[in-house]
Amino acid sequence: MPKLTLEEVEHIATLARLGLSGDEKETFREQLSAILDYAEVLNRLDTTGVPPTTSALPLNNVMRPDQVTPSLPTEDALANAPDTDADQFRVRAILE
Amino acid sequence: MPYEPVIGMEVHVELNTASKMFCGCSAEAFGTPPNTHVCPVCLGMPGTLPVINEQAVRYTVMTGLALNCTVQEHNVFARKNYFYPDLPKGYQISQYELPLCQDGYLTIDVGDGHPTEAGQARRVRIRRVHLEEDTGKLTHVDGYSLIDFNRAGVPLMEIVSEADIRSAEEAYAYVTRLRQIVRYLGVSSGDMEKGAMRCEVNLSLRPVGSDEFGTKVEVKNLNSFRSVRNAIAYEIERQTRLLEAGKPVTQVTMGWDEAAGVTREQRSKEEAHDYRYFPEPDLPPLNLEPAWIEAVKGSLPELPDAKRDRFMANYGLSRYDADVLVEDRAVADYFERAVRVAGDTINPKLVANWVTGELFRRMNETATAITSVKIKPEDLVALIRMVKGGTINQPAAKETFGVMWETGRPPQEIVEERGLKQISDAGELAGVVAQVIADNPDPVAQFKAGKETIIRFLIGQVMKATRGKANPQLAEQLLREQLQSNE
Amino acid sequence: MTDLHQLTIHEAQDMLRRGDISSVELTQSVLDRALAVDNDVRAYICLLPEEALAQAEAADRRRAAGDDTPLLGIPLAIKDVICIQGVTTTCGSRILENFVPPFDATIVARLRAAGAVFLGKTNTDEFAMGSSTEYSAFFTTGNPWDLERVPGGSSGGSAAAVVAGEALGAFGTDTGGSVRQPAAMCGVVGLKPTYGRVSRYGLVAHGSSLDQIGPLTRDVEDAAILLGSIAGHDRMDSTSLNVAVPDYVREMKTGDGLKGMRVGVPKEYFTEGIEPGVETAVRAALDLMADLGAELIEVSLPHTEYAIPIYYLIATAEASSNLARYDGVRYGLRVDAPDMWQTYYDTRQAGFGPEVKRRIMLGTYGLSAGYYDAYYLKAQQARTLLRRDFERVWEQVDVMACPTSPTTAFKIGQKVDDPLQMYLSDVFTVSLNLVGMCGISIPCGFSDGMPVGLQLMGPALGESIILRAAHAYEQATEWHKRRPNLTERMF
Repeated sequence: MPKLTLEEVEHIATLARLGLSGDEKETFREQLSAILDYAEVLNRLDTTGVPPTTSALPLNNVMRPDQVTPSLPTEDALANAPDTDADQFRVRAILE
Repeated sequence: MPYEPVIGMEVHVELNTASKMFCGCSAEAFGTPPNTHVCPVCLGMPGTLPVINEQAVRYTVMTGLALNCTVQEHNVFARKNYFYPDLPKGYQISQYELPLCQDGYLTIDVGDGHPTEAGQARRVRIRRVHLEEDTGKLTHVDGYSLIDFNRAGVPLMEIVSEADIRSAEEAYAYVTRLRQIVRYLGVSSGDMEKGAMRCEVNLSLRPVGSDEFGTKVEVKNLNSFRSVRNAIAYEIERQTRLLEAGKPVTQVTMGWDEAAGVTREQRSKEEAHDYRYFPEPDLPPLNLEPAWIEAVKGSLPELPDAKRDRFMANYGLSRYDADVLVEDRAVADYFERAVRVAGDTINPKLVANWVTGELFRRMNETATAITSVKIKPEDLVALIRMVKGGTINQPAAKETFGVMWETGRPPQEIVEERGLKQISDAGELAGVVAQVIADNPDPVAQFKAGKETIIRFLIGQVMKATRGKANPQLAEQLLREQLQSNE
Repeated sequence: MTDLHQLTIHEAQDMLRRGDISSVELTQSVLDRALAVDNDVRAYICLLPEEALAQAEAADRRRAAGDDTPLLGIPLAIKDVICIQGVTTTCGSRILENFVPPFDATIVARLRAAGAVFLGKTNTDEFAMGSSTEYSAFFTTGNPWDLERVPGGSSGGSAAAVVAGEALGAFGTDTGGSVRQPAAMCGVVGLKPTYGRVSRYGLVAHGSSLDQIGPLTRDVEDAAILLGSIAGHDRMDSTSLNVAVPDYVREMKTGDGLKGMRVGVPKEYFTEGIEPGVETAVRAALDLMADLGAELIEVSLPHTEYAIPIYYLIATAEASSNLARYDGVRYGLRVDAPDMWQTYYDTRQAGFGPEVKRRIMLGTYGLSAGYYDAYYLKAQQARTLLRRDFERVWEQVDVMACPTSPTTAFKIGQKVDDPLQMYLSDVFTVSLNLVGMCGISIPCGFSDGMPVGLQLMGPALGESIILRAAHAYEQATEWHKRRPNLTERMF
């Protein structure tokens, strides 16, 4: 019995804005279920009171002074855009 | 059944740093040509990384301290994941579990209608103040959206209150007070019209006396202080009508339509939000030293309440005058500079009268900010001194003030040039008085017949003859002497 | 004289300095070689012959003017997840097929300043997610030792280019072993620096808390040279360490090599699943290290069995967020739909390949409401336990030695449809990324004609010591001098 339901797969795909074909959904349901099953091994670990490691670095307080540096020329900023209008990026409207 | 509104507010404040939150692009976004203040970092290009703007952290801590918050020593930035075309990286760098400031309060006055009395002070608790980045700006045109990323990455401070607000007036007082504080601190322009301050309201109603919370409605699109007040008033009425009709309030997001004066339900996004917050791996944590926090605290400017109390105590001002003067820090500073120049020679109340009277009238008429006023505080004091010392009279003072307002020139020069000095020399004035008596036999006769008030007419004639320069008290005195002596 | 394209970097440096060769000759030789073999190897996504020759000419002019920066005129390859201004950076993905960055990665800027010549961009699994280059959206690179086999990955293109004579050295990226594993499978040296040692600015993010750029080279000295040229603090990367960069070549050669060095042998790295030929070669290498004076000490890293699940939960969570920016709005592929929401779905469906989608799904799941604590947070806590394992071991030993990969290069197609099997091939490399420490893979023999890699692991900022151990071992062996036979075919 796979861990994930098809609805869960679809919900995750929606969160990630990832279009999936019917076949992909089924494949991912099986594969992700298998990987999550494998990850169950972590539940053997008692992590009560163990702080999480978000980074292996001994760093903190990395900041920069509030100084303005040159921006890109607008032309370069827009150079990779799939669609533009005048000096702006253009996309199809969001329909709420 | 009477209902009571329960209101919480989320206020976003754009910080007026020179550069953006995580890159060196200019943070000036309002009114700049589209996509001129952008770089690989704030466009979210592959491979780019954020670096925290120190000043933005400082500004947020300053605000938190001014709002009586506890500043957290251990701070972590987090990614808030969602998709929107104005959000370049597909996530916003924000703060989640460990915001910079927590658990403060803001004192508001809700007695605005009674200017001379101390309003009833209320505390609105502040849940948190955190730092994040702004998004780009979308413009909708013919089925398309155009995106300008100048605003993307501008430092944004979010101030979240507890649901302690109980009326539209209180909400209005709360946001205006917040603006006053961020302006005092110099961390933001607080201009709602320019989007530097943006409000969202959470509002529910409950029967008076109940501790339960009703169904919460979120109200957005509040683009001015007035719309905050109007939208809340409208929404309270709408929900009251629903409840009184026995209908349920549904949990929705409403948008305020200022032109129509109504809130409208916004169509919900196509899914429930799950922002999948997690600690931002590109930014090491901020561990603020207690000594640093203390130093920031020590560097805070005097805040409005303290300044008002000091003005009342030190300068003997009324609560109303003090409130009006401290409303804007620059005005308060102007007033205090004038008082300092005046020293013991002029009562501060007299200075306050000139500032809140003549100066404010001109500023309001011409929509001029104190920072653009040409009259220097020391010149204003010089003018007051000339009036007080009898060098010029009131009409001449007004005329002089007008010229000072236009030109910024010192009053001595203007009075000299225009010959506005008051004639206070009895010898000089005696002839004019004699002439007036000679030229006005009827009024003189009336006076002698006991019509005391006619003396005003005669004084007016002396003023006219001297083109307003006569010292009116002296004129009256001489008139009475001469009228008595030639009886 | 050997073919110029087979020189090590330090050999080429000497010849350039002496004036025996010019950078143009050297670069031309490497380009010729690439043109002759790359139709079979397919190491490069894009080769930049004109730009490279122009840079070589500029380098020769600089040298004539008295300049002698360390990499002046040395032709190198860059993995195609690292931005070079004005050069298409695809990340092996359709979604960035036409993306031209308007900026240099920090390491590219540093290499440029040092006078390096950029030959081109090498193949990679899409967004560096994979262990074989089979997940590249464009093609699979062949292992120069056996073109039917994978070169390892994700920096497979860089590893293959170096061993095939198509670059004197190359840069790859290592999130869970992506430099060390292909180095092992192609028989070259691959080094993963300590997290924070090398700037990540301009490296297209995969797992932000794990990613590091590292060199792939023909010998250990070259790895020391390249590391020294890219390491160091960068204000553009908040996770970059502000620690002085030593002269790695000098430190590598200082001291008595392996004599007296305490070499830990983690017992969990010699258990089930190792190919016998790999174990034999690695055991022989350990014996030789002992002969060279090293003290072998058996150590234990008890949480090793958890490393793969920890890694895949954390790396995918970070990746799911890092890849959210590919939305077709500002750059990259867009598949236009009638409205923007649908545009997102269609663009990302068309733009990402199966492995990337799989990881985005897994990572999104692990961060989603209700699962965060059980997956992402749990993995971060377990990561702490793993780090403590390593910290305890560093109290006993100077370096650790183990296999880089449990197997030699596998056949193309063998694991591509079984993601879990593919993930398990990283079992010996992911831990170092999770704990942020450094490691190097060096050739230590062959199994059935395919190279085997020895991994030396070091503590944070322990690059000098692993280089010293690796160099001492290399000096006593010839494995690194072997080259595959490739047929040169001009097209």
